Amino acid sequence: MAYLQLQDIEKFFGDHRAIKGIDLSIEKGEFIVFVGPSGCGKSTLLRLIAGLEHIDGGTLTLDGKDITQAPSSKRDLAMVFQSYALYPHMSVYENMSFALKLAKVDPKVIDEKVQNAARILNLTQYLQRTPKELSGGQRQRVAIGRAIVRSPKVFLFDEPLSNLDAALRGQTRVEIHKLHRDLGATTIYVTHDQVEAMTLADRVVVLRDGVIEQVGTPLELYDRPANQFVAQFIGTPQMNVVPLQQVPALVAQQAPVGAVGGTIGLRPENISVRASGSTPVAGQVDLVEALGAETLIYVSTPNGAQFVARQNERTGLHAGDTVSLDIDASQAHWFDTAGRVVAARAA
Amino acid sequence: MRASVYTPAYMVRTVAAWAVALLLFFPLGWLLLTAFKTELQAINVPPLFLFEPTLENFHEVQERSDYLHYAWNSVVTSVVSTLLGLAIAAPAAYAMAFHKGRRDKDILMWMLSTKMMPAVGALVPIYVLAQKSHLLDTQLALIIVFTLSNLPIMVWMLYSSFKEIPREILEAARMDGATLWQEATRVLLPLGMGGLASTGLLCLVLSWNEAFWSLNLTAAKGGTLATLIASYSSPEGLFWAKLSAASLMAIAPIVVFGWFSQKQLVQGLTFGAVK
Repeated sequence: MAYLQLQDIEKFFGDHRAIKGIDLSIEKGEFIVFVGPSGCGKSTLLRLIAGLEHIDGGTLTLDGKDITQAPSSKRDLAMVFQSYALYPHMSVYENMSFALKLAKVDPKVIDEKVQNAARILNLTQYLQRTPKELSGGQRQRVAIGRAIVRSPKVFLFDEPLSNLDAALRGQTRVEIHKLHRDLGATTIYVTHDQVEAMTLADRVVVLRDGVIEQVGTPLELYDRPANQFVAQFIGTPQMNVVPLQQVPALVAQQAPVGAVGGTIGLRPENISVRASGSTPVAGQVDLVEALGAETLIYVSTPNGAQFVARQNERTGLHAGDTVSLDIDASQAHWFDTAGRVVAARAA
Repeated sequence: MRASVYTPAYMVRTVAAWAVALLLFFPLGWLLLTAFKTELQAINVPPLFLFEPTLENFHEVQERSDYLHYAWNSVVTSVVSTLLGLAIAAPAAYAMAFHKGRRDKDILMWMLSTKMMPAVGALVPIYVLAQKSHLLDTQLALIIVFTLSNLPIMVWMLYSSFKEIPREILEAARMDGATLWQEATRVLLPLGMGGLASTGLLCLVLSWNEAFWSLNLTAAKGGTLATLIASYSSPEGLFWAKLSAASLMAIAPIVVFGWFSQKQLVQGLTFGAVK
């Protein structure tokens, strides 16, 4: 049995079924990321695991023990909140030692653990300060420190980086990654940022509307999305998804039988834009975004299809130029009318 | 300071503010003056502003009726009812602020609505209840009535102040292994201290000033300072100077108390009003 096992977990808010029977196995030491658009239930699912919300159906087992109805305080999990949720009336030291004090751990051991965590997180010189005397990034580190001193069975992170500015977010993301590598602790991390999901996760769980859409390693999700939702959720810029009737030339060549009436999905890097040529798809440049390392070219075709192409070279193209699109149809994803994948990477 | 501060508008506002303040203070000031006059000076026309102050009234009030006895009753009833009220209201407010139910707003409105009812409406039943349980003219009767009548305000104030505490902080405590009791004592109470203090202060003042129930349920034995003052307006006529002296002695403790805690009081009354 898996270390943390979710079986048919359900949650109702009034009559609304927010979590619709979720099954998930998480192994010891894994870094799992829950990702999805807002309102998909990812935070609710985390709070159900944390015991901060009551589980209305299904069972939750941790390390062989049924904890479905156990109160948060008895689950041996630690959580890092989006708002940090530090105790404002306590110093950094007291914040980090609070859980151990409640557990009546020997003060010497507490001191050792807090000092150790403070060293790892570069907080040693701030131990006597109160949270309001710290910057956002430092508060975030205290929140993480509060979690690691306890050596809990599972770390839960609820969008921990969304209150930080972009530069600090990237830096802290790397720190969390290193921390997980060093501690090897089982971690569940909720985010709406797919870059965080891709960079941190061993496995990503994509949620929509209280249901798991797909579970897999970051590259599995990128290369073999199970449906159009996952395909478009993972990757920036988004995968181009175009109705088949707008690209008849491609359909004639490649489309698998099941995709009739459906859509074709193409990653921006699988499309190259040429100034001229005799490819089956031609169009006009709407916009060029030169990002330095890469260039994004937005093209629309006469029958209404819109594409984004990504290339590493800079381009001399401008808005309004007529171009032809060289599409690597062997890399295409085909979706049926319901958005399910028909035959990804058709040979 | 820059000269531009003294604009005409500023001057007008200042004068108006002083005028209103003086107007509000006048009865209290007059009370203060009258308490140190003789009975003759007190009813003199035109009113005297300059006179030789006397302490005779205070002496007589203590002689005729035991001031300290009534003052003690006031202290006991207001302090005990406030502490009791806080002990009941805090858990109620905690439950509504952090464990939302569907009927919370209705319950809060219902509680507040009980304050709208004139106290006279409940006089007979409560008087009979007090009589049947032999609580007439006791401190306990007033403690019970004060506690119950202040509860709605206490729950409301504590509810508003607790709602300012981010719920994640309490959840963090729970994740850290805190039991409900530890969550309340180690996190909620320290963070809610401001709200508890101002709620307590307000109810202390309300109980101290309460006159209706004191007059109707108690007399010489369990009476508070409110009953003491009332005893000076007798059918034989008003003794202005003694009445003033008694009133002054009755309000002095709470005025001093309120003076020192006004910051907390004002803060408590504006919970949730400013973010």
